[in-house]
Amino acid sequence: MNPFRYARPSSPSAAFTDFAGERRARYVAGGTNILDLMKIEVESPPLLIDINALALASIEVTGDAIHVGALARLTDVAENEQVRTHLPLVAIALEESASPQLRNMATIGGNLLQRTRCPYFRDTATPCNKRAPKSGCGALGGELRREAVLGTSEHCIATHASDLAVALAALDATVHVTGLSGNREIALHDFYRLPGDTPHVETSLGPGELIVAVSLPLLSYGARSTYLKVRDRAQYDFALASAAVALDLSGKTIRQARVALGGVATIPWRSLQAEALLRNAAASRDTFERAADAALAEARGRGGNDYKIPLAKRTLVRALEIAAA
Amino acid sequence: MSQPLVGAPHDRVEGPEKVTGEARYTADVVIEGLVHAAVVPSGIANGRIVAVDDSEARAAPGVIEVMTHHNAPRVSAAKPADSDSLLFLLQNDRIEFDRQPIAVVIAQSLEEATYAAQLLHVRYEADHPETNFDAAPRYVPKEIFGEPATHQRGDPEKAFATAPVRIEQTYRTPTEHHNPMETHGTVAQWNGEHLTLHDSSQWAFGVQRRIAKVFGIDAEQVRVIVPYVGGAFGSKGQMWSHVALAAMAAKLVGRPVKLIVTRPQMFGWVGHRPQTEQRVALGAQRDGRLVCVTHDVLSETSVSDEFVEPCAVFSRDLYAVENYGMSHALPRLNISKPTYQRGPGESTGSFAMESAMDELAYEIDIDPLELRLRNYSERQPDSGKPYSSKQLRQCYARAAERFDWGRRVPQPRSMNEGRLLLGLGMATASRNTHRTAAKVRIRANSDGTVVVACGTIEQGCGSPTVYAQLASEILEIPFERVRFEFGDTNLPEAPLAAGSQTSGSVGSVVVKAATWLRDKIADLGGTIPPNGIVLDVADEPGENDESYATQAFGAQFAQVVVDPDTGEVRVVRFVGAFDGGRILNAKTANSQFVGGIVWGISMALFEKTRYDARTARIMNANLSDYLVPTNADIPNPEVIAIEADDPHINPAHVKGIGEVGITGAAAAVANAVYHATGVRVRDLPITPDKLLV
Repeated sequence: MNPFRYARPSSPSAAFTDFAGERRARYVAGGTNILDLMKIEVESPPLLIDINALALASIEVTGDAIHVGALARLTDVAENEQVRTHLPLVAIALEESASPQLRNMATIGGNLLQRTRCPYFRDTATPCNKRAPKSGCGALGGELRREAVLGTSEHCIATHASDLAVALAALDATVHVTGLSGNREIALHDFYRLPGDTPHVETSLGPGELIVAVSLPLLSYGARSTYLKVRDRAQYDFALASAAVALDLSGKTIRQARVALGGVATIPWRSLQAEALLRNAAASRDTFERAADAALAEARGRGGNDYKIPLAKRTLVRALEIAAA
Repeated sequence: MSQPLVGAPHDRVEGPEKVTGEARYTADVVIEGLVHAAVVPSGIANGRIVAVDDSEARAAPGVIEVMTHHNAPRVSAAKPADSDSLLFLLQNDRIEFDRQPIAVVIAQSLEEATYAAQLLHVRYEADHPETNFDAAPRYVPKEIFGEPATHQRGDPEKAFATAPVRIEQTYRTPTEHHNPMETHGTVAQWNGEHLTLHDSSQWAFGVQRRIAKVFGIDAEQVRVIVPYVGGAFGSKGQMWSHVALAAMAAKLVGRPVKLIVTRPQMFGWVGHRPQTEQRVALGAQRDGRLVCVTHDVLSETSVSDEFVEPCAVFSRDLYAVENYGMSHALPRLNISKPTYQRGPGESTGSFAMESAMDELAYEIDIDPLELRLRNYSERQPDSGKPYSSKQLRQCYARAAERFDWGRRVPQPRSMNEGRLLLGLGMATASRNTHRTAAKVRIRANSDGTVVVACGTIEQGCGSPTVYAQLASEILEIPFERVRFEFGDTNLPEAPLAAGSQTSGSVGSVVVKAATWLRDKIADLGGTIPPNGIVLDVADEPGENDESYATQAFGAQFAQVVVDPDTGEVRVVRFVGAFDGGRILNAKTANSQFVGGIVWGISMALFEKTRYDARTARIMNANLSDYLVPTNADIPNPEVIAIEADDPHINPAHVKGIGEVGITGAAAAVANAVYHATGVRVRDLPITPDKLLV
């Protein structure tokens, strides 16, 4: 691990002011990702800005959303009664993440910025356009089992690792940020950037901009939602494929639906195509399979990750069945 | 004594130390003046080092020395014997595998050494590494552990050609890396020409002799101390490069040096189970009686070394079949040297053989258990020797009863648990068990306490407990009065603690020594002189040991559920019954069996070292991406020990049980997955992508 300086500001403005003085700085909250990346030399910030002293950990219902402070721990959000009752897909996504020890440390804001588990990104002996721009993509033509099939480019096929962000994509949550140029709100569908030819640019956050909160819209049919995560082992594993879904049912007819996929795409992958197919259709396996085909229509396997296409379809079908039941 | 001590589920004597953190492992050793070393592993798998720029590393805080092939002490990395490994000791610029040691940074603190290691800039000239298991040049080894690598009885080819029923399939098992909780590590200290090593090893005496060869000194100039070992499973059976690198670094800087292998480096130079490809051909009568078995094995080895995964030994010594053929051949790849991993050969070989037996059972529509019984061997089929004891029938019967095997509906995909597919599978477990020469020193003190001392090691198997149980029962004194000392080449010599041989070897000499002491005390009228009684006792296998075939056996039964949509497999129940001879301690024995089963499940479903086929770089060198089971993946394995006295096997009447538990376990799971799904996975691990049908 590189030597680094450490700051512990007591207000958001002090935090982004610290950042302005050192553009290569990183914020640290739970530390479950940045410290790991520093140990393996993927990140070597000269300054770590510890934001744990900021008063950003509250969880409260405000109007038609649950307002979650960026420093709320995953455990606290997963255990929150409002979240469990109104948005079970969020609670399940959190409980299926990591281990209890990690969930006790990791924060909501940090989780949204979780870096990919692509083995080439995490190995400094290999090329990676995300870690070292223009060095090439080691994963293309390499060990592909965990690489993405949606939203990829010829420069990057790294899978987005977060479970929570998939649920938030389905909800189209709002990310509240603050920075030198003031406060702003970013819809989740604008928050993540496809890799394109700049895979090192992962979000629309500006330099030093700090996530202060995430609003989870209280979707009227959010109670009928779920998150299904498929993985090699029962716990403590990243998704091979996952699906976050919510269904608005009227009898056997779907009025509205939300669908997002994880484990298969370079960003949390909301599928408007699948949602359109589900809308006003009968809640049946046949419908679900057509929606799954639509969700994966653009998917591209490269050999070792071909299986993710049928697996993601089955995962989505199963998640829709669970939600409809 | 009214209650026999041997066999009792006595708590580990070192248990309180271990659970309170008091137990000391190699990484805990502190010596005055100690400095710390970090190994720099190579970033390529084949080629040479063109240039090393160590200026930045040398300038980093706390750095004492940077040892590269330019300034490393000249030593001998060569192999003194075929069974030894080439060491990678910075004697030249060659690189043969991914994460080969190419430099060592020595600093005042571990953090400083680790940081400076990143600052070393190495320029390589990379050659294309050989990574293609199927296409790489292969050769036939001269022998496998002293036995022929290619062997035949009867005429298996001819028998196969005319067999009424034939099964011929190819099975694959991947490279698997040992990951004991304690990684490898060494503390090296020179005192003139005398070297003291603290080392996490399965064999203090092996390290002593090998390190002496490296430095060209006498073994007597080296003392090796082995504190508690936090698991080894074969990976610490031989001396690897870092042990010598620690001693070289200590020589170079004139200070004691601690070198601890990091978790990612566990995927470097400290051994692994090689990937295998096994062709199994079975010929049988319609009633299931085997007429021939052929088992042809390919297992990877490294560029400069030879290790054979002896898969076919399992099938050779298992069923009553007249015609049998086996072969082993080795593709050479740019990988580090493979080595022993729990049940070497038997665990991988049993996956292939016992999967093939399952395929035969379905082919002729016979219950898989009944098929095994129809081929039951009363004598070891190849040697023709009688077994010293064999309780395999009882293992089958008891495990089947506990498991309720009778409820199985034979047709695949015919049983369910809710919406999940339910599958039941079984396999035979078997592992040869041997003993070798061992020595102990036994000392009776005038206060009535007894010390049994032996240079074997404690790697979690329970040696300080079970040998105290053995000795105290013979001496008819309370268990608490016997203490077992271990882990030091200054103590009498013990063999390599591997190959399921320690209980038989050390146990037998403990029996001999305790018996001598009991008689001696009786001769002295029951009193112990003020200065005590001491004797060094040695024991080795005699002619009697050659007249019997010595094998541990077992029967493994697995119950799985498979999600028909997602292909996720979970093992929900596991029953194993084992013939492990006399059980020395029911509790530690149970742990051994359970540990084997857990690893077998892991092998079936999770473990695989994933290489980049272009570069031979290991892409999952960490415990997040190299999967081992979590508690949630493992049911509570139910173990039944079928005990029977075995007076023929050795004076301790024990079979080795450290490895039999893994054998057959992966096959039982794979067979259960087939029963659940109708999909036969012949390529481990069984991951969801292989079940999407």
